[in-house]
Amino acid sequence: MAAPIGQPRVRIPAQARAGEVIEIRTLISHIMETGQRRDQAGAIIPRDIIKRFEAKFDGQLVFAMDLASAISANPYIAFPFKVEKAGTFEFTWINDAGEERKATNDIKLA
Amino acid sequence: MWKAAGVTLGTAALAAGIAFAQGSAPEPQRTITDPQSGRHFATPETLAIQDDDFQNPAMLWAEEGELAWNRAEGTEGKSCASCHNDATQTMRGVRARMPGYHPRLQRVVTLEQQINICRTEHMGAPALPIDSRPLNAMTTFVALQSRGMPVNVDISGPARSAFDAGERFYNTRRGQLDMRCGSCHEDNFGRSLRADLLSQGMTNGFPTYRLKEQRVISLQFRLQGCVNDVRGEPPPMAGEDFTNLEFYLAWRAQGLPVESPSVRR
Repeated sequence: MAAPIGQPRVRIPAQARAGEVIEIRTLISHIMETGQRRDQAGAIIPRDIIKRFEAKFDGQLVFAMDLASAISANPYIAFPFKVEKAGTFEFTWINDAGEERKATNDIKLA
Repeated sequence: MWKAAGVTLGTAALAAGIAFAQGSAPEPQRTITDPQSGRHFATPETLAIQDDDFQNPAMLWAEEGELAWNRAEGTEGKSCASCHNDATQTMRGVRARMPGYHPRLQRVVTLEQQINICRTEHMGAPALPIDSRPLNAMTTFVALQSRGMPVNVDISGPARSAFDAGERFYNTRRGQLDMRCGSCHEDNFGRSLRADLLSQGMTNGFPTYRLKEQRVISLQFRLQGCVNDVRGEPPPMAGEDFTNLEFYLAWRAQGLPVESPSVRR
């Protein structure tokens, strides 16, 4: 039973100039259980992490990240992006069970 | 000379006797007169996470608390907002003056306990387990409304006996290591304990996101950790011992700005 993926938080500027490099910041609530720990009975607590993060801009993959078990709970991911045109970002977090959580954000040209 | 000294001592004893007879306990004196927040002892990397409201993971708890604030629960069909309306107005300053004396219950209650009193008495909802995620989310959300306000708890009047009990707990040596709270947080703050820097144990940042636990923790969870660390047997969370201690600790931090939710190692 995979832990629920929490509500994602995304922060990008509402608008940017063409050619401007913006920073896209994301934070999502997740336990990131490593698979190394044991419960009080001594049984291994199964691994349950967000294993992949993808960012698409107008359907095209612009950033992706494979996460590993050493990454902290509630992973914070930030990356730069060069804005060329207005469009829509789609962010996807995928856990070990293959469940997805999505967020979308629009950006306009200044 | 001898006689003069004797008279002076006698007068002092008499004055103390009168104060005692009137039941007005002398004003307590703080060992640390100019307290420093835990952020003073934290690394710049940790503070960078705390000071950025987007990156601070405790804000995830605050958001959960805000959702729960407006969600009706229990048999009365009420939410927190049904009575308290807009938390940004009504909860401003609450964290700064808690724990506080509850006249009807005739004891000191913490913010967590007050939330559960509201739930059981006014909402008809079950009390949330102490230090659970939903309760920590609510306290984080409420505490956030007091951010920057100076801690200001009232230890006068009937609250004084709880304060004195908290002070006694603080100054009692316990555990196999035979240490009192002040052994670390008054006698040795600013010095290294293995890889970490000992703080003054000021509580103005709680609830806090603890990187070790990877979650928001309540103060009394941390207190259990402290007692375990001196190899003692901690009293239960939300019990009388820790509630009195939390009250005393708030007074130690009197005047420091509420920093909740802080981030600590």
